[in-house]
Amino acid sequence: MFSKNYFVTSWGIIGVGILIGVFAALLQKWGNPGNMGICVACFERDVAGALGLHRAGVVQYMRPEIIGFVLGSLIAALIFREFRSRGGSSPIVRYMLGVFAMIGALVFLGCPWRAMLRLAGGDGNAIFGLLGLIAGIWIATFFMKSGYDLGRSHKTYTSAGWILPITMLGFLILMLIFPQVQGQDKSGILSYSLKGPGAMHAPLIISLAVGLGVGFLAQRSRFCTMGAFRDLILFRQVHLLSGVMALLIAAFFTNFIIGQFHPGFENQPVAHTMALWNFAGMVVAGMAFALAGGCPGRQLFMAGEGDGDAAVFCLGMITGAGLAHNFGLASSPKGIGPYGIAAVIIGFLFCLFIGFTMRKKSA
Amino acid sequence: MGKTIDARGLSCPQPVLMTLDEISAMNKGDLVVLVDNEAARENVIRAAASQGWLMTSIQSEDDEYRITISKE
Repeated sequence: MFSKNYFVTSWGIIGVGILIGVFAALLQKWGNPGNMGICVACFERDVAGALGLHRAGVVQYMRPEIIGFVLGSLIAALIFREFRSRGGSSPIVRYMLGVFAMIGALVFLGCPWRAMLRLAGGDGNAIFGLLGLIAGIWIATFFMKSGYDLGRSHKTYTSAGWILPITMLGFLILMLIFPQVQGQDKSGILSYSLKGPGAMHAPLIISLAVGLGVGFLAQRSRFCTMGAFRDLILFRQVHLLSGVMALLIAAFFTNFIIGQFHPGFENQPVAHTMALWNFAGMVVAGMAFALAGGCPGRQLFMAGEGDGDAAVFCLGMITGAGLAHNFGLASSPKGIGPYGIAAVIIGFLFCLFIGFTMRKKSA
Repeated sequence: MGKTIDARGLSCPQPVLMTLDEISAMNKGDLVVLVDNEAARENVIRAAASQGWLMTSIQSEDDEYRITISKE
């Protein structure tokens, strides 16, 4: 009755994790920043920069991986008849969760995907970020157990589900109309970094191809770095976790083989050594991802399947990136930004507020 | 006829939480779970199986799934 989806089997999700881990490490070799082969938060931040939503000159590039994630998922969802336009489950709450998820991630300097890739590259600071991520998800599971729920989504017009995929296609077209020009920080309406992480990228076609492939596979397998820990804490299930562990191990071995493994805490690429704020930033991000029902990658994949609420979360993250750099909330390799601590505290309180007040039954 | 859980419009983990809550309350019997996305369908079946509840039937209609799980 239903065609068997091999990607949701144990070996399926492990295989997807291995592929993502290998290609993420290879993307670094092909030009992406250190330990940042794929980072959904960093890359959405670069997209925000390319659009001029923030003026941090070192992080401006329209990352084709992000475009590929959404479009790859869209293609898989269309082929396997899983594209469903839906929305209406507390969009404003999801938007703000996206804003604070991004701010928290940028205090750590990475999303859960990059936390794994940083660890796989030998960056010990990632351990504090991962512990923070798990702590944030753990806090969110208490709300889930006591009835936290953002409400049901509803079917809507097919065209509504196409809005984010079409936007991403538009971004890709912009990249073709206004391609990067050597030595120029602007091409038409798009900004391009001349130095810093934003200037480091694999060739467009490779980034796009890997993005499409990952988007396709992740849609089929439901790969989610937040769900991995949530399901472990909530249900003692290791299904999604096995995929994330496969990513970590595959990226580690790939790094090791191609000489990208450099263990230590100091002078790691695009990272700082303030353990407490690496931890606290990811507590906020972990709570926000968990309360919104998916890691930043999964939100892009769900948006590709027609989930308008996930699309709103993604736009919230891009907005959060703009705010994080405009307000000095984002960290840099020198350490946290001037207002990073205040932002983490506000983000934490916001997530608590959402968790406590949006429960269907009392604790 | 067993109890029915309506998890349509909900994303994981809610459908799984609702199913597991009901499973622990019922202990055995038949349970029908309604979901409207594939991830929820797969997760509910996987979570039920981990508790010894097996899927006995699944019907698909208009983008929705009616999953019956049971334990003797």
